[in-house]
Amino acid sequence: MAKITFITRDNETFTVEGDAGSVMQLAVQHNIKGIDGDCGGVCSCATCHVHVAPEDFHKTGEATEIEKDMLEFDDNVSEYSRLSCQLKISDVLDGITLKVAN
Amino acid sequence: MADSSNHKTCVVIGASHAGANFAFALRQEGWQGDILLFDTDPMLPYHRPPLSKTYLTSEDGFEKNMLKPAGSYEKEGITLHPGTTVQAILRKEKTIALGDGSRQAYDKLVLATGARPIIPPIPGIESAKNCFPMRTAEDAMRIRNAIRTSGQKRVVVIGGGYIGLETAASLRKLGAEVTVLEREERILARVTAPEMSAFFQKLHGAQGVQIFTNQNVASIETTGGLNEVLCTDGTRYMADIIVVGAGIRVNTELAAAAGLAVENGIRVDATARTNDPDIYAIGDCTFHFSPHYNRFIRLESVQNAVDQAKVAAAAVCGKEVKYDTIPWFWSDQYDVKLQMAGLSAGYNQVLVRIEEGKENCLSAWYFKDDTLLAVDAVNNARAYVLGTKFIKEGQTVDKSKLVDPSVEFKPANLLRKA
Repeated sequence: MAKITFITRDNETFTVEGDAGSVMQLAVQHNIKGIDGDCGGVCSCATCHVHVAPEDFHKTGEATEIEKDMLEFDDNVSEYSRLSCQLKISDVLDGITLKVAN
Repeated sequence: MADSSNHKTCVVIGASHAGANFAFALRQEGWQGDILLFDTDPMLPYHRPPLSKTYLTSEDGFEKNMLKPAGSYEKEGITLHPGTTVQAILRKEKTIALGDGSRQAYDKLVLATGARPIIPPIPGIESAKNCFPMRTAEDAMRIRNAIRTSGQKRVVVIGGGYIGLETAASLRKLGAEVTVLEREERILARVTAPEMSAFFQKLHGAQGVQIFTNQNVASIETTGGLNEVLCTDGTRYMADIIVVGAGIRVNTELAAAAGLAVENGIRVDATARTNDPDIYAIGDCTFHFSPHYNRFIRLESVQNAVDQAKVAAAAVCGKEVKYDTIPWFWSDQYDVKLQMAGLSAGYNQVLVRIEEGKENCLSAWYFKDDTLLAVDAVNNARAYVLGTKFIKEGQTVDKSKLVDPSVEFKPANLLRKA
């Protein structure tokens, strides 16, 4: 079980809970604006881009190679960028804050 | 605009990627009236791409594959009518006629009618046992059940396109003995260069899937629940299960019967509007103008469905938007991720770049003279992203550097100096 806080580009804050699946799926389930997950979670579309709060970055870890490649020319990329379809929900992620990139 | 949409009704025919995303986008754009979604499919809107991929091989229930959670439709004031047939569009009255004889009035109508699989007129195909297309959740569930209960799991896939090959890969993973029959001289002939066809043919061969090209299916004979697929050259293949992946036909009948302009799909303008100002069309069923390629195109893709849905939602709410996107696609087979950007039609040169020291990591670059048209990237997101950028910006690639794997994959290294 993990409580995850999303902050959208309009600065709205949503804290939601999930126990399985990916963070992208959790966001879509709660209609978090800016996380579309168009490809269904196979790292093909980059429509689930988030910035992990720096203090939580040790919990998510760095982006994988394919995420880095997918985001390389994204205008909003940062050192804390992740594609949330690649973040699997587990206790480890409990309490993290994610800023929606788009 | 919000005020004027207060008591209006927007009716959407088709609730897959285009229709469902349109409904949510319309609400987000500020539409305050009713939104009604109709589809013949009895299921709640779902992701189609995984059906031939992870959905087939997993034990996941249907709910994991839904586009939006069931409760979100009510929450957003979107009324879903699954399992409902639309018989006709009555443009003068601005109503649609439903299968049960009732009528539904609209102020704005959106056609997201998609496409249906082609079932080739092969003698015996209608009476074949366990013979399925692969388009709907029901198709995928029936294939999943058939493979589970089959003893020998002999599968013949008719058609070596993406759907056929993805299904072949998934069923192979489930222990099936798979044969793919392709009538063209190579698989993926309509969509990729010969180099890519050869790569995928080899990939499937290494996984134990047999692919036969130049193979025309003449008939199917079924006795005692077992099918035999007969080809025109006399070869025969036993099949417990047959999957038909022979392409799609666009669902344009409703539009055509209503007198809307239909060519290779329902013709729409840059705002996804048809020749009736109150009727829009989005997704696979549309024939639309691509500013980048400077011609009318029809696409079968999630990207087009979702992006056109957003454009139409904005347009219905009176905003000035124009659809202008570089198309992109993907396919997953075994551990290979193929990502494609752009449209290769009209190319006169293909350059293949193979990355050193990485297995199955390559990219095919399609040019017309010096213009980069499209990129197919295999396990190579970097090539895909770079290709997309070069195509979008119309940049000129230095071809000799592109094919040299010792040149690092960076824009500065690959662009031709002006």
